Amino acid sequence: MTATAHTAAHSHPPVSVQPEEESRRDFLILATGAVSAVGVAGAAWPFIQSWSPSADVLSQATTEVDVSALGKGQMITVPWQGKPVFILHRTDDQIASARKGDAEKLPDPAMDKDRAQKPEYLVLLAICTHLGCVPQPIGSGNFGGFLCPCHGSHYDTSGRIRQGPAPKNLEVPHYVFKDEKILVIGKAVG
Amino acid sequence: MVFKSIMEWVDARLPITDLIKSQATEYPTPKNLNYWWNFGSLALFCLIIMLLTGLFLAMHYKPDANLAFDAVEHIMRDVNYGWLLRYLHANGATFFFMTVYIHILRGMYYGSHRAPREILWWIGIIIFFLLMATAFMGYVLPWGQMSYWGAAVITNLMSAIPVIGEELVIWIWGGFAVGDPTLNRFFALHFLLPFVIFGVVIVHLWALHAVHSNNPDGIDIDEHKDAIPFHPYFTVKDLYGVGVFLIVYCAFVFFLPNFFMEPDNYIPANPMQTPAHIVPEWYFLPFYAVLRSIDFLGSYSKLVGVIAMVAAIGILFILPFLDRSPVRSFRYRPLSKQLFWIFVIDCFLLGWVGYNPADATRFNGALPLIVVGRTCTAIYFGYFALLWIITAFDIEKPKPVPKSL
Repeated sequence: MTATAHTAAHSHPPVSVQPEEESRRDFLILATGAVSAVGVAGAAWPFIQSWSPSADVLSQATTEVDVSALGKGQMITVPWQGKPVFILHRTDDQIASARKGDAEKLPDPAMDKDRAQKPEYLVLLAICTHLGCVPQPIGSGNFGGFLCPCHGSHYDTSGRIRQGPAPKNLEVPHYVFKDEKILVIGKAVG
Repeated sequence: MVFKSIMEWVDARLPITDLIKSQATEYPTPKNLNYWWNFGSLALFCLIIMLLTGLFLAMHYKPDANLAFDAVEHIMRDVNYGWLLRYLHANGATFFFMTVYIHILRGMYYGSHRAPREILWWIGIIIFFLLMATAFMGYVLPWGQMSYWGAAVITNLMSAIPVIGEELVIWIWGGFAVGDPTLNRFFALHFLLPFVIFGVVIVHLWALHAVHSNNPDGIDIDEHKDAIPFHPYFTVKDLYGVGVFLIVYCAFVFFLPNFFMEPDNYIPANPMQTPAHIVPEWYFLPFYAVLRSIDFLGSYSKLVGVIAMVAAIGILFILPFLDRSPVRSFRYRPLSKQLFWIFVIDCFLLGWVGYNPADATRFNGALPLIVVGRTCTAIYFGYFALLWIITAFDIEKPKPVPKSL
């Protein structure tokens, strides 16, 4: 008896769901889900963006360097946006060697004249295109150029990849000669 | 009496006594577990050591590119017992990985990943991934040369991802190179992740207690006949393991504290100069060797290298399905057992290759290590392929397994 009473107390009259009602409910569930997803994405955006470079980091866009004191064959490393940049005053041999490389079969083909605005100055972002180590100074690698010590990538006197795991040539940053002496690396932003 | 009535009051509201009985003291445990089963509890012990020492180190550390290196030296020289906290923490990472590696290899040998323990195994691999991320970010915090360049190399791995890679790396750095923003966020995450790991460890234990422990014979057991209560049998055995562990751990902490560290990391980070020879911490060396061994695919080398490195761990996810043998434990699988030990030796060889410079050679240049690295990488993945082949095509004839323990 108690069992029957129990069942009776909890049984509901059968609810007949009309097909329209069902699709209405589906729509409401979908719409709620979609709005929630957009809401969560929107709320996440400021958190994600907070990881991107901040204004003070972006403001370090350019570096000016006086290259007049740099003798033939000398190289300096200057910081630009926290990254090292090699400025090499190339010797005639180094230029000749780079020009000779133009004709070789290169992993990442590029002409030396497109990589150096003035043939005697080679400006390179000193970050190995493999995994971001700083290559060693000029003369350290095969082909008379730069050797990345981390995984053995060899770059030539034009900063082109010639041997090893790096996929691309050393990047040439945007630069201009403001005058005969002053080299400006980078572009002002904002 | 008072205690008993208090516990009754509590148990009526939160059944603690019941939980402790069913999941700890009286938890049925296979009676033949050997010492390789100690390494799970040891790993938990390591996690607790790391959380405790890490918390107290954080009270003296400063996550600022200009202050971090000096803060670590301040901990070493000025803070009372700071040297002990730091050496416990730094060597703790090493011993944490040792226990975890043995724990994983034990699972692979005795078939602890096989049905019905796949989810338990997967959660374990997730813990391993989290552990590697945490260790990597922790290693950046002293802001020495190895910290800095390790961070540069590992974060640069992301740049191999097509299309979004370059943007992604800048986003992770918070700048155009590894720098102060990177250090700051790595510190925050290094503080957070261990607690995440702790949470996932609880899920790992939940999954374990749902399916119960595997055993050296790898057979399903009759829990009335073959199991004994966890307490006192395994509490005592685990405690004994902790004792042995502490002897070895303390020997390093007190007598060889810098054995596993790189001298270059006592040079402050210099973004303008890469050390001549970057090496990761020993526990990453085999994977680092896999990464470097892919160098023969031209401009695809980098991407494929990264994929191979991730796959070296990711392949563990499908291991439960690669192994088709009706027998779990390698005790009764002569061929798998041999492959397993080749695999273990191969991992050590990969570690050795990873420790050496990329262009190193042996026998007067006759044997470039890159060739050894490629061969070992092939053997590493070959293990998983062969394990599938010998079991899926019934090449291996397992020995008869016992009916009960």
